[in-house]
This record gives sequence, structure tokens and C-alpha cells, in this order.
Amino acid sequence: MSHEKKTPFIRLAKREGMEGWKVWCIRAGAVLFALALGALVMGAVGANPVTAYGTMVSGALGKKSAVRQTVKIAVPLLGCALAIAPCFKMRFWNIGAEGQITAGAIAASYFALFWADRMPAPVLLTVMGLAGALAGGLWALIPAFFKAKWNTNETLFTLMMNYIIIGVVRWLQGGPWEGRKGSQIIPQFDSAACLPRVLGVHCGWIIVLVLVVFMHVYMNYTKHGYEIAVIGDSVNTARYAGMNVGRVMMRTMFLSGAISGIVGFIVASGANNTLYDGVAGGVGFTSITVAWLSQLNAFAMVGISMLLAVLSKGAETLQTRMAVPTSISDIITGILLFCMLGCEFFINYQLIFRKKKEARHE
Amino acid sequence: MSNFMSLFIALIVAAITYGTPLLFGTLGEILTEKSGNLNLGVEGIMFMGGALGLGGVFYYEKAGGASGVAAVAVGILCAFLAGILASLIFSFLTITLRANQNVTGLALSIFGTGVGQFIGEYMRVRENGYIAIGNHLKGFFQSSPFPSALQKIPVVGGILFGNSVFFYLGLLLAAGMFLFLNRTRTGLYLRSVGESPATADAAGINVGRYKYLATVIGGGISAVGGMVYIMTIAGCVWNHEGLSGVGWLAVALVIFCLWRPLSAIWGSVLFGALMILYLRLMLPFIPTQLYKILPYVVTVVVLIVSSMRNNKEKQPPASLGLAYFREDR
Repeated sequence: MSHEKKTPFIRLAKREGMEGWKVWCIRAGAVLFALALGALVMGAVGANPVTAYGTMVSGALGKKSAVRQTVKIAVPLLGCALAIAPCFKMRFWNIGAEGQITAGAIAASYFALFWADRMPAPVLLTVMGLAGALAGGLWALIPAFFKAKWNTNETLFTLMMNYIIIGVVRWLQGGPWEGRKGSQIIPQFDSAACLPRVLGVHCGWIIVLVLVVFMHVYMNYTKHGYEIAVIGDSVNTARYAGMNVGRVMMRTMFLSGAISGIVGFIVASGANNTLYDGVAGGVGFTSITVAWLSQLNAFAMVGISMLLAVLSKGAETLQTRMAVPTSISDIITGILLFCMLGCEFFINYQLIFRKKKEARHE
Repeated sequence: MSNFMSLFIALIVAAITYGTPLLFGTLGEILTEKSGNLNLGVEGIMFMGGALGLGGVFYYEKAGGASGVAAVAVGILCAFLAGILASLIFSFLTITLRANQNVTGLALSIFGTGVGQFIGEYMRVRENGYIAIGNHLKGFFQSSPFPSALQKIPVVGGILFGNSVFFYLGLLLAAGMFLFLNRTRTGLYLRSVGESPATADAAGINVGRYKYLATVIGGGISAVGGMVYIMTIAGCVWNHEGLSGVGWLAVALVIFCLWRPLSAIWGSVLFGALMILYLRLMLPFIPTQLYKILPYVVTVVVLIVSSMRNNKEKQPPASLGLAYFREDR
């Protein structure tokens, strides 16, 4: 009898090899659960959750112009999530995408502001894109170098780099690159430095869709991608297999920063047509959610970034129509992430409940 | 007293004001990290603490409360509860469900900032205008609890007795935490959980309970820092700027002060000075906007330097950031 008492009511065991469809069912369940929790929050401030979600969807996808706006929000999210994915796969916590976007935007803006009259538009845009990629990559390389050399905490390092580069933009805005004296605004780009539109949205969406395919191939079918996966699973295994962990880290971070830098170029040239301190506008953080929610799968990111774009565009409509603050989209995003993180537990572990018979047999 | 001296004293007093929220944030995170949990959600926790703390005091005042001591208590209590709630989410996900601590912390940052903004904005709309505390109660949050005679002592009076009540509470807390961690059996157990949960478990210590309690109480303490920020630096008014990264600086400060509560005191005052220096010490050859990034640059330097030293005494808790599963080997 005493033995029976000692058996805990719930035991845990690791489980492996759950069928793929079950895994995705659990994840879909988590998303639904998160949306239900979000409904509770809306209910708490006196908005009817069903109407509220309806308003969000119709506000984000109801009209052609709204769809364009939503895609415009999704483009940098998707691009940046693609940038973050290899870092997170490697367990390198790069939360500096915000700064890498800004660095890329600064470099692109330099050419847009001072070289626009000296080059034909296609060349100018190419140079801007390359400059953005280089600047973003170098900005990301700094923390990677110190991580590789002295194992410096990359989470805080990359984060501090955000504040530093945004401070630099503020200085440019009020100083060397200021348009009219005292305006604190950098002038609009020459039309040659603005990305052309395709189907009503700047053509950045084509660039990021190409990047989706590129990242999918890079992560799954190349030696680099394999090295990243091994380091993510176990740094010691990677070392034992003769990989130069530090070099892989720096290489991956440069690539990650370069993609973020291209995103910065897309945002500055395609969406804003100028540079200002809010050029990244939280994309660097939200894209972490996108990357993690899609389990670092490049194709899933397309869907997830659209979902989050719908949430954030819909939240604006929600505020104007039902007076629910826009930050509701941050809350729902956070809840989504919590639920996805939590549901992994039920995929990786099995709950075993105490049975009377089992206890007696032991 | 020379002009330079009075400037210097004014700088220190301002540094203490800006350092006090950091002190609470750092102390809370030290307690959390001592249990082996790396909670990167401090920014979100402090944001929630700020919004709920302000909300609590605002409605206390609206309900006719006029007692300053009670208002301060209400503020601390509301913020503490907000922090407990936020870090409970973190604890449940990372301790019970063994989710990745880094990503969970980041999620908590996003979520907490969202909740803080949401509550602040919602209150603002409901109260038609803005959320602010009246001058009478404001005084209890911002001015010194000591009689003015003490504050007028030359040179040291302002520095020792001229600060807000929260600084003194923070000092007591730091001392208390030092004694708890280093002089009590429970503190020893907590540290052992952070260093080697498997060993602690084998010795009969309830690892889960220690981790939960340390993380939740630590989160509560950090959240009080957010309330202090809103009540002293932000002037008892809800603003959209929020905390502008104070929570993240607190996480960095934990590394800077080597997980030692007493070092957190001077560390946070130093960082407070860095945050305020551009206002107090104008340097004509540095543009203001570049001057403002000084604390972040110094943080980077601190991170690099602290990673370069290789000293056994100066390391983080050995199991920091790792989930503990008894059946794992």
C-alpha cells in the first residue's frame, strides 16, 4: 500500500517520433487556444470577441488597399524572420535584427541621398541593396566576433547594438543629413532611389519571396546549413567533428545581418522613401516571433508573417472602430508565442497518469 | 562650496534617481538567476509593473485616498503583483513545461510591453485624457522621507538624505538579499539549485519549488523597479515611450555586478549617472544624440570585458539558462 502512495499521480516520460500530423494538430490547437485567450482579453475590456476578430480580419483583408497595407507590413517581418532563423537554429540569440535593419537602411540611404543623380536607377538600387547588405552584415559581425572569441553574451550585445545604431540615426536626422534646418527630418529620396511597385506594393515582396526559397535551400541542402544544425544541437559534437565553431558563427551572423540589411533597404527605399529613427519599428522583435512560431521553416514563415501582419493591421482598425488599444496585437502575439512554446512540451513529453492496476503489478 | 562641487553633487543625486529603478530590476534578476533561471523578460515585467503600479495609485487617489504612505504601499503592491503574474507565466513555461528560457523571456518582453501599453492606453481612454497623480501624493514618491534639516547638511546631506524613499528601500533590499544568499541555509540551497540542480535534487532539495519561488519573487522585485521609474523619472504620468530599455540594462547590470546584490548598488548608480550625464555635463564636441547612447556603449564594453576575464569566482551560476529534468543525464 505504501508503495502505491509513492507513485506520483502524473509521471513524465520523453517521447520521440510522434506522427507529423499529430504534431501539427497540437500546434494548430495551441494557436486556437491562444486566439481564445486573446478573446478573453478583449472581453475583459468590453468588446465582443467575435465582432472584434471579425473587424480585425475585415480591416486587414476586406479591401484591396487594406490587403496592400497588410502585405507591406508582412514583407519586412518575413524578410527579418528569414534572417533570424539560421541564428536561432544555431542557438545564437540574435535579437539585434532591429539594429541590423537600421544599419542597412543607413547605408542604403547614403547612396539614395548623395549618389542619386550620378547613376541610372537600376544601378543605384542595386548599389543601395548591396550597401545595405554589407552594412547589416558588418553590424551583426561585431557581436559574433566577440561571441566566437570570448563567448561574450550575444543576447545583450546584439540588443545594445540596436540602441547604439538608432542613436546614430537620430544624430544624422538632426545633424549631417538634416533636410531643412531645424526640421529633424531627412529629405525624401529621389524617385530613382525608390523601389518600383508591382501589383500595387513595392517590389520588396518579390525580393523576400526569392529569399524564402534561398533560405530553404541554404538551411536544408547545403553544408553550411548542416553545420548550423549540428552546432545548434551540440557545440561539443560540432567541435569533435572538426568544425570551426567560431567561424561558422561569424559567417552565419554576417549572412543574417546582411539579410536584415536588405530588409532595411527595402523598408527605407520601398515603404518610407526616407530614413528615420523608427525605420525598423519593432520588426526585429516581432520577427523573432515569426521565426519561432514557424519552427524556423522558411515556407511556414510566409503564412505566419501574414497572420501577424493581419493582427497588427487589424488592430489599427479595431482601435478606430471599437476603441480597443492597438497594443492588443502585441498581447495576442505574446500569447501566441507562449502557447507555441508550451505546446512543444506535449510533443516532446508524455504524461502518464497513475493507474491502480499498474501500481499493483509493480 | 565651489561651483564644480555643487554640480558634482547634483549629478550624483540625479544618478541615484535614475539608478534606483535599475537597482530594483537588477536585484530581482539576481535572485532569479541565482536559481538558474535566465529571465530575459525583465523589460516586459518592469513595463507591466509600471502600468499597474501607476494604475493602482491613480485609482487609490481617485477613490479619495490621501495618505502618502498608503499610496506608496499600494504602488509597490500593485507592481509586485504584476511582476508575480508575469514571472508566473515564465516559470510555468520554463520550469514545468521546460520551454527554452531565451525565447520565453523574449516572448515575455513582447507580451509585457504590450500589456503595459494596453493597460496604460485603456486607462487613458477611460479617464478621458491622461493618467497623472496629484501633486500631494507625487511628493511622497519623489521627495526624501527625511526631515529637511538632515538634507541641508553641507556636501553629504543631499546625497545621503535627499533621495526618494525607494532608494533607501532598495538599499535595505540589497542588504537583505546579500544576507539571505550568503548567510542563511535557504539561500545556500537556492544557490546550489542554480549551480547544480541534479546535486541539489539528490540532497533532497525541491528544485522546482526553489526555482518557482526565486523567479516569481525576483520578478515581483523587478516590477517594482518599473513602477519606481514611472513614478519618479517619468513624473507619475503615463507615456508611450515606456522604459526605453531600462529592463534590458538591468539584465546587463546583473552580469556587470557579478550576481552580487551589494555590487548592484554602486553599479546601478553608475549606470544612472551614464544615463543622465548628457544633461548634466555638456560636452560641446559630442552631439547630444550620440551622447545619449553612452550607457549602451558602456554596457557593450562591460559585456566584453566581463567575458574576457577568466576567474572562477566571477562566473554565472553554472546551470544558468538550462532546464532541469530529473530523468535527463
